[in-house]
Amino acid sequence: MSEIAPKHFRTPLARVRGRGAARSGTHEFWVQRVTSVAGIPLTAAALIIVIMLLGRNQAAVAQILGAPLVAVIMLLFIVCIVTHMKIGMQEILVDYVPDESMKLTLLLANTFFCWIVGLICAYAILKLSFGV
Amino acid sequence: MAETKAPAARPLSPHLQVYRLTLTMVMSGFHRISGLGLYFGALLLAWWLMAAASGPNGYARFEWFAGSLVGRLVLFGFTWALIHHTLGGIRHLIWDTGRGFGPQQREWLAAATIIGSIVLTVVVWVIGYLAMGGSR
Repeated sequence: MSEIAPKHFRTPLARVRGRGAARSGTHEFWVQRVTSVAGIPLTAAALIIVIMLLGRNQAAVAQILGAPLVAVIMLLFIVCIVTHMKIGMQEILVDYVPDESMKLTLLLANTFFCWIVGLICAYAILKLSFGV
Repeated sequence: MAETKAPAARPLSPHLQVYRLTLTMVMSGFHRISGLGLYFGALLLAWWLMAAASGPNGYARFEWFAGSLVGRLVLFGFTWALIHHTLGGIRHLIWDTGRGFGPQQREWLAAATIIGSIVLTVVVWVIGYLAMGGSR
C-alpha cells in the first residue's frame, strides 16, 4: 500500500481543467458485452416462457409468471435488457444528435425511460410472485 | 472592423453513399435498427407483465391487442427484432475475440445472421401457434 501512496497532494492540472481521461472510458463498453453475453441464454429462456404462456388465461399466466424460477429468470432478463437498452440508446444519441442541449435532454429521457420500464416490469413480476 | 467571411467550401469526408452497398453494411444498420425497435418494444413487455399482474380485465385488453392484426404484426416484428439482434450480438461477440473478419467469414456470418433470424422467427411462431392449439 505504502509504495503506491502519492508523493504529493497536488491535483493534476489536466483534471482541474476537466480534461484528460475519466478512467472509466471502457466501463460501458464492458457492461454492454456482459449484458449481451447474459442476454443470449436469458432471451432464449424468456421466449420459452412466453411460448409456455400463450393461449392461457390470466389466472394461469399470473400463477406461472409468479413461480419462483420463472420470476427470477424474468427479473434477470429485465435487468439485463434494460441495462443494455440504456447504453445502446445512449450510443445512438451521442452518434446522431449534434446539438448539445438536445443531446443532454434526450440522454436524460433515455435514463428515465429505461428506469421506468425496468421498474414497471420488475414490480409486476414481484407482485405476481408475492401475490399481493 | 473585421468582416465575417463565409466559411470556405471545404470537401466533406465521404459518407455511406460513396461506397458500394454490402451485406455487412446492411447488417450493421439492421443491428442498430432492431435494437432501436426493441427499445420501444420493451413497452409491450411492460404492458404484458402489468396486465398479467392487474387481473383478468387488464389482461383481456392486452389479449385483444395481441390478437388483432396490428398486434400480431407488431409482435411478429418484435420477435424478429429480438432474434435478429441476439444473433447479431453473437456475431459481434465473435468479432470481439478477434475472429471472423476474413472476407469470406464476415460474408458468411452476415448471411447466417439474416437467414438464421428469419428461419428462427418463423419456427418460434409455428411453435407458438401449435402451443395455442391453432390460431384463434
